[in-house]
Amino acid sequence: MANQVCFRNNHLENSWTLAAYQSSGGYEAVKKILSEKTSPEELIDEIKLSALRGRGGAGFPTGLKWSFMPRNAPGQKYIVCNSDEGEPGTCKDRDILRYNPHQLIEGMLIAGYCIGASAGYNYIRGEFWEPYSRFEVALEEARAAGLLGDNILDSGFDFQLHSHLGAGAYVCGEETALLNSIEGKKGQPRFKPPFPAGFGLYGRPTTINNTESLASIPVILSKGGQWFLDQGLPNAGGEKLFSVSGHVNRPGNYEVPMGTPFSELLEMAGGVRDGHQLKAVIPGGSSTPVVPGDQMMGINMDYDSIASAGSMLGAGSVIVMDETTCMPRVLARLAYFYYEESCGQCTPCREGTGWLSRVTQRIEDGNGAQADIDLLDSVAGNIEGNTICALGDAAAMPVRSFLKHYRDEFQHHIDHKQCMVTSDW
Amino acid sequence: MISEAARADIDRWVEKYPEEQKQSAVMAALRIVQDENGGSITTEMMDEVAAYLDMPPINVYEVATFYSMYEHKPVGKHKLCVCTNISCMLRNSKGVVDHLQEKLDIGFGEVTEDGMFSLKEVECLGACVNAPVMQVGEHYHEQLNPEKIDRLLDELRQES
Ligand SMILES: Cc1cc2nc3c(=O)[nH]c(=O)nc-3n(C[C@H](O)[C@H](O)[C@H](O)COP(=O)(O)O)c2cc1C
Ligand code: SF4
Ligand code: FES
Repeated sequence: MANQVCFRNNHLENSWTLAAYQSSGGYEAVKKILSEKTSPEELIDEIKLSALRGRGGAGFPTGLKWSFMPRNAPGQKYIVCNSDEGEPGTCKDRDILRYNPHQLIEGMLIAGYCIGASAGYNYIRGEFWEPYSRFEVALEEARAAGLLGDNILDSGFDFQLHSHLGAGAYVCGEETALLNSIEGKKGQPRFKPPFPAGFGLYGRPTTINNTESLASIPVILSKGGQWFLDQGLPNAGGEKLFSVSGHVNRPGNYEVPMGTPFSELLEMAGGVRDGHQLKAVIPGGSSTPVVPGDQMMGINMDYDSIASAGSMLGAGSVIVMDETTCMPRVLARLAYFYYEESCGQCTPCREGTGWLSRVTQRIEDGNGAQADIDLLDSVAGNIEGNTICALGDAAAMPVRSFLKHYRDEFQHHIDHKQCMVTSDW
Repeated sequence: MISEAARADIDRWVEKYPEEQKQSAVMAALRIVQDENGGSITTEMMDEVAAYLDMPPINVYEVATFYSMYEHKPVGKHKLCVCTNISCMLRNSKGVVDHLQEKLDIGFGEVTEDGMFSLKEVECLGACVNAPVMQVGEHYHEQLNPEKIDRLLDELRQES
C-alpha cells in the first residue's frame, strides 16, 4: 500500500480545500473527540500504540513527547509545528502544506487538545511563500467554519492557530532556535535543559513537532493506533514520506510503509537514471552518513535497518548518486553548507565548519596535501559531541562517512590533482 | 517613513502574537519594508521598524543580519536565487548557474546594468525532487533547463 496517511487526499481535485478534505472524512476525528470529550490521556495512549516517531529527523516517539507536557499546569501552553524544512534533500512538508493543509490544521488542533494548549504556531520557512499562502487560505476556511477560534463547535475548547514566516536560516529548524525565531530574535539554539516542555515559547510549556508528524495524527485517530502500527514495524509505525532526489528517473515524494526495501523505493522512483549505475545513497538528508550503493540495496527504509548500515533514517530524504558522482566534490558542497549555516555560538562548530569547508574545497580543487585527510577526520572529531545543537554533529557526520567509504577518491585528488570520475553535471 | 499600507500589514502580524510580544512581528516587518523598498533594507528602515515595534535598534540589526533573505545592498528588480546544494548539484545546477551568468553577464551578488536582475546562490530550497530549482520573488521555478530559463527571463523582462 501507499499514500494512506499524509498523501491520502492528493488525488482529489483541489485537494487543499476544506470541501475536498471534508469529503474524505476530514475534521471527523477532532469533531468526535470534542463531542465525546475523550480524555487526552486516552488519545495519547492511542498515539503511543501507533508507534508514530517524529518525522523531523530525530525519530522521537510522538506520544511520549506529548505525555511530557504539564497539561494541567495553569497558564498558556503552545503547540508549534516545524515547517522549516531546510535539510538538503528534504521536501515533503512543502507538499503537505500545498496539498493537504487541513490535515495539518486538524492534527495541530488535536495536539493542542491533548497537551492543554489553546494556541499554536506553524513556523514555515520564508522561501515557502506559495505553500504559506495555501496554508493561510486553509486557516481562513477553518476559522470561517468554526473549526478554529473560541469555543470550537460549542465544545468549550478554544484554539488559535497562526503561521510564522522564517527568513532564511537552516538552523531555525532546530527546535529551540525556532522558538527564539518566533520570539523575534536571532535563530540561535538554546542550551537544553530546560526543555521546551517546561520552558518553551515565551517561557511557556511547548511541544514542537514536525509537519508530517502532526499531519499524521488525524489518520491515526480515525483509523486507530493499531491500524497505523500495522502499516509499519513494531517500533516504527505507519507509512512515511520519502523524498527521493538525485540521479533517478522519477524523483519525487513517495509515501510508503516503514520498512519498505530501498530497492523497491528506488524502483518506484524509476530506478537509477538511464544508462547509469548506483554508486552511493545518502538515506536521510544531508546530515546522515552516506552508504555505498550495493550495501544500500540490501537495506530497508526503517530506523534499525539503516542504522545497521551505519547511517540514519533522518527525515527520509533519499539522495541517490550514480557512478558519475565525484565524492570530494559533493562533500565540499555539503561542508560549505554547514559552514554557511552555523549560527556561530559554539567555537567547535563555528571554527570547525570553516575548516571542513576550506579543506574539502582545496582537496576538490586539487590543492590538497597528504595531511589534509587526517586533518578532516580530526576536525570532525573535535566538533562531535561538543556543541549546543546537533548542527555540529550534522556537519561532522558526512565528513566521517565520506572518508570511510571513499577515501581512495580523496587520495586520488591529492595525488593526481584531479577527479577519478567524469561527470556531465 | 513606513508607509500606511506597510503599517497595516505589520499590524496584522502583531495581532498574531501575545500582546506583550510585539517583537515577534519583527521578521515580518523587515520583510514588508524590504519589499516596499525594492528588495533591500537600510539602517534607517531598521531604526523605523525598531521604533514601531518598541525594540532596541540593536535587536533589529541582529535579526536583519542573521537571516539570509534580508538584503543590505540593492538588488535587481528580480532577484534570482539559485539553489546549488546537493540534490540540485546532482541534476546540474552548475549548468543553470553558467547559463544565467552568461545570459546576464553578472556573477553571484551582482546586479545587471539595467537594474533588472541580480543573482544569488542559495542553500537548499526544499524542493529537491524537482531539481534544479530557483526562487524568484514569491515563486519557485523547478526542473530548470536552458529553454525554461530563457522563457522565464523574457517573461520577467516583459513584466517590468
Ligand atoms: C540543525 C537542525 C535543523 C533541523 N531542521 C528541522 C526541520 O527543518 N524540520 C523539522 O521538523 N525538524 C528539524 N530539526 C529537528 C527538530 O529540532 C525537532 O527535533 C523536530 O522538529 C521535532 O519534531 P518531531 O518529533 O515531530 O520530529 C532540525 C534539527 C537540527 C539540529
Ligand atoms: S552547534 Fe553550531 S549551529 Fe548549533 S548552536 Fe552551536 S554554533 Fe550554533
Ligand atoms: S538541494 Fe536544491 S532544492 Fe534542495
